[in-house]
Amino acid sequence: MKNITKIGAVSALSLVIGASAAFAENIKIAFIDPLSGPFASTGTNGLHQFEFSADYMVNQNGGVLDGQMFEVVGFDNKISPKESLIQLQVAIDQGIRFIAQGNSSGVANALTEAIDKHNKRNPDSRVLFLNYAAVDPALTNDKCNFWHFRFDANADIKMDALTDVMVQNEDMKKVYIIGQDYSFGKAVAAAAVANLTAKRPDVEIVGNELHPIGKVKDFTPYARKIVASGADAVITGNWGADMLGLGKSIIDNGFTGPIYTYYAAGSGITGAFGESGKGVIRLIGEGQVNPPPTPEAAAFYTAYKEKYPDGNVDQTRISNVIGMLAQAINTAGTADDVVAVANALENMEFDSMWGSKLFMRPQDHQLIQDMHIQAHTNEGVTFTFDNSDYGMVVESTVKMASMDSPTTCEMKRP
Amino acid sequence: MELILVNLIDGLVTGLLLFMLSAGLTLIFSMMGVLNFAHASFYMLGAYFAYQISIALGFWMGLLLAPLIVGVIGAGVERYGLRRVHQYGHVPELIFTFGLALLIEELVQFIWGKNQMPYSVPEVLDFTAFSIAGNSIPAFKIFMIFISIAIFIGLLFILTKTRVGMIIQAALSYPRTVEALGHNVPLIFMGVFGVGTALAGVAGVIAGPVLGTFPGMAFVLGSIVFVTIVIGGLGSLWGALVASLLIGWITTFAKSYNIAMSDILNGIGIATPENLGDSALRDLWTVTSPQIADILPYILMVLILIFRPAGLFGKRES
Repeated sequence: MKNITKIGAVSALSLVIGASAAFAENIKIAFIDPLSGPFASTGTNGLHQFEFSADYMVNQNGGVLDGQMFEVVGFDNKISPKESLIQLQVAIDQGIRFIAQGNSSGVANALTEAIDKHNKRNPDSRVLFLNYAAVDPALTNDKCNFWHFRFDANADIKMDALTDVMVQNEDMKKVYIIGQDYSFGKAVAAAAVANLTAKRPDVEIVGNELHPIGKVKDFTPYARKIVASGADAVITGNWGADMLGLGKSIIDNGFTGPIYTYYAAGSGITGAFGESGKGVIRLIGEGQVNPPPTPEAAAFYTAYKEKYPDGNVDQTRISNVIGMLAQAINTAGTADDVVAVANALENMEFDSMWGSKLFMRPQDHQLIQDMHIQAHTNEGVTFTFDNSDYGMVVESTVKMASMDSPTTCEMKRP
Repeated sequence: MELILVNLIDGLVTGLLLFMLSAGLTLIFSMMGVLNFAHASFYMLGAYFAYQISIALGFWMGLLLAPLIVGVIGAGVERYGLRRVHQYGHVPELIFTFGLALLIEELVQFIWGKNQMPYSVPEVLDFTAFSIAGNSIPAFKIFMIFISIAIFIGLLFILTKTRVGMIIQAALSYPRTVEALGHNVPLIFMGVFGVGTALAGVAGVIAGPVLGTFPGMAFVLGSIVFVTIVIGGLGSLWGALVASLLIGWITTFAKSYNIAMSDILNGIGIATPENLGDSALRDLWTVTSPQIADILPYILMVLILIFRPAGLFGKRES
């Protein structure tokens, strides 16, 4: 009996090993983001978009090189930097060479440091860090390294583009800045103040304040202050429940001017704002969904909705990551030598189906792309969010935003 | 000056909402000695049920049915859960309600997902009741005030003027004697638990459209409810009311006025240090009242526990 168990175990083990050997042809991408806990919806939604992009853009077209397929493997980091490093090690041990992460700059800072060290010490198993959403400017400035590539615009670029559009409104005299009390909220506030004072010295900043993150039950008192200050526009970097709570309170309090946001769309927020957010909520971001910029983008979105009827394509940059990585691997002619892939990614120009030219700046690995100011509305929306009648429609565009912006990055190349 | 009036109204809304939660919790505690950690979860259930019902039958049916369903679930939890655990003492009861809170949160995420729900104010009440100096007071907030006051008066009437209330009050202090007189004390316990959770359900129904309906809503409000009943005095309905209003107004005013700590310290005669940037106390000097508004109730709780451990209206337990 014991022997049979042993034989069974051994044969099962060898089957597993054999199976993984058979799949070794796949090029794996480790997706390290929260898949459980309070931010699970953001993480899961991102994973779906990664898996779908890999299938739709690469695998269905015969893969890369000589038919190698992309495979996205999800790792749950519970949005903790410590847990992320453990998952990173697991991913590396599984032979994965490409790491994708986006939620929380805190996690991204920990990962980029760990990957830099790992690549120095283990030249045989180097990995690349594909950052698709962490927007802390430091990642492509003081803390930059050769292995890190950022596919989203950083907080400074977004604010630069946003204020470029804002200052065109001559009627705007007073601006109120409010955000969550942590590094990102502070970075947004600092960038807003710097940009506004430089571009429109006549605009008065009537409020600049932070509130505890995720702790505020009722935003009404903040909204009262904002209205009482006589502000013509509000800027906030809030996300999640803090975004919805703040926005709803401000609108309920009779505010009619624009609220400029970074993250007021998708994940139920668009649906919950509904009619009340129309004409008020604006969002700065990459990726144009409405009107659909190209037929390919429309087809992509339709196919995505078929697979995930409850989902949104609210992070179009994810498909840019997959597209650019595939092109870089094809150019490099290998998926194992990540230095070659990184060299191919640097300086790459790529035509995104979302209507923008993309350029991976070699000096700091910051992707330069079009920035859009989008409005929350139910008019002219082809692809709505949250299965509501509402969606984001592009109002104005800044082409190749911050193309020549300075960077303090001193890139060390292997 | 006008802003003070606006803030008074806002604080009243927050306070009364808090009262509806703490009233049930404090009744349950005084009766059974159970700190119900899952109380805020029943508030969340109220909001989600009301949202689901409002899709099919409209907001008003949600307001009517959701608290009933929550109350029945609450009574069921008492009858088939807490009563069994009760014989093992208070710690297992505490752990039971704690586990229940986690379970309900996961269940809500499982059924409705992790996103915000588009649960909104009914159209009949979706207008501005009046404005004070450019600040509009939505009609829904006035509605919230009336509902909560009506519930408070109703509770007070039942507890002090009716036979049921007298039995409940007697069961609070002398459960054995009441039982010996032929009353079904376990049934009273179940009823109180059911009514307490139903009150939390009502709070959820009317707070959901304003404060947002999402899986974290119980967590955001959960701890502050305990603070309220500790400040008010465990088991006191009046205490719960006064403490809720106090917390509502304190947090509202602290958020509305940018009172800087440096002003207060200067005011009492301490000069600002020369090079603040290097000072170890920099964070203390630069803090402003909106930043700490939501922890002020906790500071108040600590002070109350030090100087008046039974709470504002509580009777000291021997």
